[in-house]
Amino acid sequence: MASTTAVTAQAEKLRQAARRGGVAATGADRASRSGIWVAMFAITMSFMAFTSALFVREGSLDWGHLVLPSIVYWNTLALLASSGTFELARRRLELVGGGRVQSGEPGIIWLVATLALGIAFCVGQYSAWQNLRAQGIYLATNPNSSFFYVLTFIHVLHVVGGISAFLYLLSRLALRPGVLRRSFFENTAIYWHFMGVLWLYLLLLCRTRL
Amino acid sequence: MAETSAEPAHVHAPPEGFIRKHVFSLDHKVIGKQYYALALLAVFTGMILSWLMRIHLVWPNAKIPGLELLSKVGAPGGVMTPEYYLSLLTMHGTLMVFFVLTNAPFAAFGNYFLPIQIGAEDMAFPRFNMMSFWTTFAAWVVLMLAFVIPDGPPIAGWTEYTPLSAIGKDAGPGMEWGASCWGISIALFCVASLLSSLNFIATTLDLRAKGMTLMRMPLCTWAWFITSCIALLAFAVLLPACILLMLDRHAGTSFFIPAGIVASDRLQPHSGGSPLLWQHLFWFFGHPEVYIAILPSMGIVSHILINSMRKPLLSAKVVIYSMMSIGFLSYMVWGHHMFLSGMNPMSALAFSFPTLTITIPATILTLIWLGSLYGANLQINSASLFAIGFISMFVSGGVSGFFLAQPSIDIYLHATYFVVGHFHMVMGVASLFGVFAGTYFWFPKMTGRYMSEGLGKLHFWITFIGAYCIFMPFHYLGLIGNVRRYQSFVDDFMAPYIPLHKFITIAALITGGAQFIFLFNLIYSRFWGKPAPQNPWNATSLEWSIPSPPPWNNFGGRHPVVYHDPHQYGVKGGAGDFVMQDSPEVIASGD
Amino acid sequence: MGGHRRGAMGKILAVVIVIIGLASAYPILKNQYPLPEDISTHGHLIDDQLNDTMMEAGISFVGAQLLLAYFLWTFSGRKPGSPLKDFPGGAKVLVIFAFVIVGTEVIALGAFGQKAWASVYFTSARADSLQIQAQAEQFAFYFRYAGPDGKFGMIHPEKIDEGNQNYFGLDPENDVAARDDIVSGELVVPMSKEIHLMLHGKDVGHSFYVRELRIQQDFVPGLDLSVHFTATKVGKYEIVCTQLCGLGHYNMKAYLNVMSQVDFDAWLKQQSQ
Repeated sequence: MASTTAVTAQAEKLRQAARRGGVAATGADRASRSGIWVAMFAITMSFMAFTSALFVREGSLDWGHLVLPSIVYWNTLALLASSGTFELARRRLELVGGGRVQSGEPGIIWLVATLALGIAFCVGQYSAWQNLRAQGIYLATNPNSSFFYVLTFIHVLHVVGGISAFLYLLSRLALRPGVLRRSFFENTAIYWHFMGVLWLYLLLLCRTRL
Repeated sequence: MAETSAEPAHVHAPPEGFIRKHVFSLDHKVIGKQYYALALLAVFTGMILSWLMRIHLVWPNAKIPGLELLSKVGAPGGVMTPEYYLSLLTMHGTLMVFFVLTNAPFAAFGNYFLPIQIGAEDMAFPRFNMMSFWTTFAAWVVLMLAFVIPDGPPIAGWTEYTPLSAIGKDAGPGMEWGASCWGISIALFCVASLLSSLNFIATTLDLRAKGMTLMRMPLCTWAWFITSCIALLAFAVLLPACILLMLDRHAGTSFFIPAGIVASDRLQPHSGGSPLLWQHLFWFFGHPEVYIAILPSMGIVSHILINSMRKPLLSAKVVIYSMMSIGFLSYMVWGHHMFLSGMNPMSALAFSFPTLTITIPATILTLIWLGSLYGANLQINSASLFAIGFISMFVSGGVSGFFLAQPSIDIYLHATYFVVGHFHMVMGVASLFGVFAGTYFWFPKMTGRYMSEGLGKLHFWITFIGAYCIFMPFHYLGLIGNVRRYQSFVDDFMAPYIPLHKFITIAALITGGAQFIFLFNLIYSRFWGKPAPQNPWNATSLEWSIPSPPPWNNFGGRHPVVYHDPHQYGVKGGAGDFVMQDSPEVIASGD
Repeated sequence: MGGHRRGAMGKILAVVIVIIGLASAYPILKNQYPLPEDISTHGHLIDDQLNDTMMEAGISFVGAQLLLAYFLWTFSGRKPGSPLKDFPGGAKVLVIFAFVIVGTEVIALGAFGQKAWASVYFTSARADSLQIQAQAEQFAFYFRYAGPDGKFGMIHPEKIDEGNQNYFGLDPENDVAARDDIVSGELVVPMSKEIHLMLHGKDVGHSFYVRELRIQQDFVPGLDLSVHFTATKVGKYEIVCTQLCGLGHYNMKAYLNVMSQVDFDAWLKQQSQ
């Protein structure tokens, strides 16, 4: 009968996906993939709210101009490079079945590089704030600086969240090989790349409007 | 039926120990009950606040025994000061909108029943779920802190318009730390809601059992799913708004505060900010929020009605699409809270048209409910009484929206009791009726016992008639120009209407008192209610296919297979006039 | 839980719904809560719109409650095994009705209603209108007239001195235009003359509402907003604040004092002395 055929066809698809060790192996894997996209959607929406606040605020007479500290561009390179190294690590993953992965020997190096670059980005952003403070430009100095500090801080907060997930990922691959779910790895990677894309947008926004 | 996919054996291990079972639980059912308990706490607090407000309005010099214990400054000798009235008003609104109307119909019932109704073992992210609840609880604690700090709760209303909410203590009592409690509380609430929405969406999309297509989900599941999509975007905007507000308040920024403000004889050290920016951000969240409050109740009422009527709605698909359109349109209308705010008058018309257009799906839903009643075999019990009452209340509350949606009429009715009547009827009454209906309906499943029908009916009658007595007159008061958020009515033209206000206060005291019947019923029945079978209402959806109360993993480790939609009432089934969703029996007319 | 008793309650609810529906409509039909008299030139557009809406809303409200009551009466408490029927036409008829009838009705309301809105907001004040500045502050309204020179002095927030009644922060010593400005706690206007009221918010959000004038407009600190109106009847009318502004919000009021042109000119002359 129609519905039973549909049910068994769906089940067969899932069996095959599981055999391939693909990400959509289990409901939990699919759910975590949906979850990461939903989360990115919500984060994007929040930054859209900040953006609209910026567009309204720049209409006021006291809107000035902020020269972005040059370290910000180095930080950008670090973050984009970390996405690259993350991808290099991802391609060197080995499947161990049941939807799990292990890193493979050269993979660990790229993962460590990713972590280092990610931390470098955060440290670099902090350094950018220090640079501004040295010029006497603080959070409330002018509306431009307010937005710069707020946007970069909130973004770094989200990057730190990504780094926490990354630390967990790295610890599993390094210390307990073969125990990390592939879906977790892929979702962390998607989020990580999103942090880079989001930063490019914020950089463009700050560079052109602040 | 063969077990097929490579599902993990369990989403989480069976809970051990008191803390894991009842406090920091990963079980969506426990979390649902925790949200419900928090909502109960909030609603009774909010209700008592409304009593205090209503008493003060008609007897301003009344000594309310014990009030001076709540606040020596706000109610010396038990007599409420004007500013304390505003504090209570602010806390009433904040508690009710956030901690009752977002928690009870959505977080409480949704968490409990959505996974079961789609045939899942739990939510997709049980740890996030637990975090959501405890973050909501933390938000509530921070909000209630405003009552005990020296200056008391904020006085700017639940909408906290800037610059009043942004300049700090020069704005008035409660605007220093009280308003900060508000800001932190709501920011925490936003985070919790975002996590919750994430869970609902991922669970609905990916954890449905075999055969549970989207169209076979019960209407309340659909309502929770649509609500979670709305909530995701709405709270994602409120959170940045609260952050910017807190920065203006404590870090000297000027997002919302323009130059040249002189308050309490002090020139405020801010410039360039836009008060309207807060309104835009707040209402961009605030309007979808009211649909977050009503949509789950629409779903719950639909779910209960088909069971009580013993026949399906005329078209479940139309109901689903109507709920979706309401969700979609809810994002286009926020400016109707701002017609007179000073924004471009052209935008008023731009916001007015989608606002009026929402009437169409709302009417479709109402007509479907009414039209489905035709030819039905309606069984009357507490749950179905509240479901029918919902329809009456939704019509009453919705119809006053016709007026407020038009900017020209809003010129006269804005900020009057007409608005207060409108939103109380749709949110404070209709939405709550959905919660009551759901409680009486699902109590046997959650506890294995019936609630007392006698007490339930008494609760219904007093609440139904009482709510009309309280809120219908608000509309008349609005028509004569009774302004809202006033702690007393000192204008001459208001004198003839004070008796009406007294009538409303008495009705509020009685109706509020009846809610204690409900509370008693809940507690008494939990322990001594008449035992209920697994499917006491002869219902079709999956929650009725498992024991009452359900085991920790809902389906006892098996994976249910679904063959039908949940609308198989009035058909010849093995169990009677209905066929359950997971029953393999063939139905002549198909599904 | 006898079926007979169950059925009775459904019918009782049906009766109660009818009573509530009719009782709610009664005060409106009997005009027991009339709008205050309209003393403006544009107000009739708003009043007409409100009355049209009341009729449509009233019919929808009473109609829906009666229909609910009727179905409740007929289809609850039926004998077990009674045949189920479907609404003739099913969902399709209802959807069409909602789109066509209700859709047309509400869109029409919106389309016709914009005339009243346009008359207040889409026209600018005439060049010969009388300019008056209104300032809203915690918790009072003050009004400023330009005086014989026809020019308003500059506002200096840092010079505001409530104790010395310098509410607007004027600087007459250095600012010539400010010397003859007239400040009043009452909004005195001549009848039948267009008034261009400029709204200045001193501290937080407030709102200007005169029921009889059918005018309501928020004050937004930092924004130059204004309304214009023409009063058609002499008398004193209350101005109240309708935007929550703090603890004195309930008591924040002033009076609109509409005078004949002759009386107004005399008042203005008297203020200048």
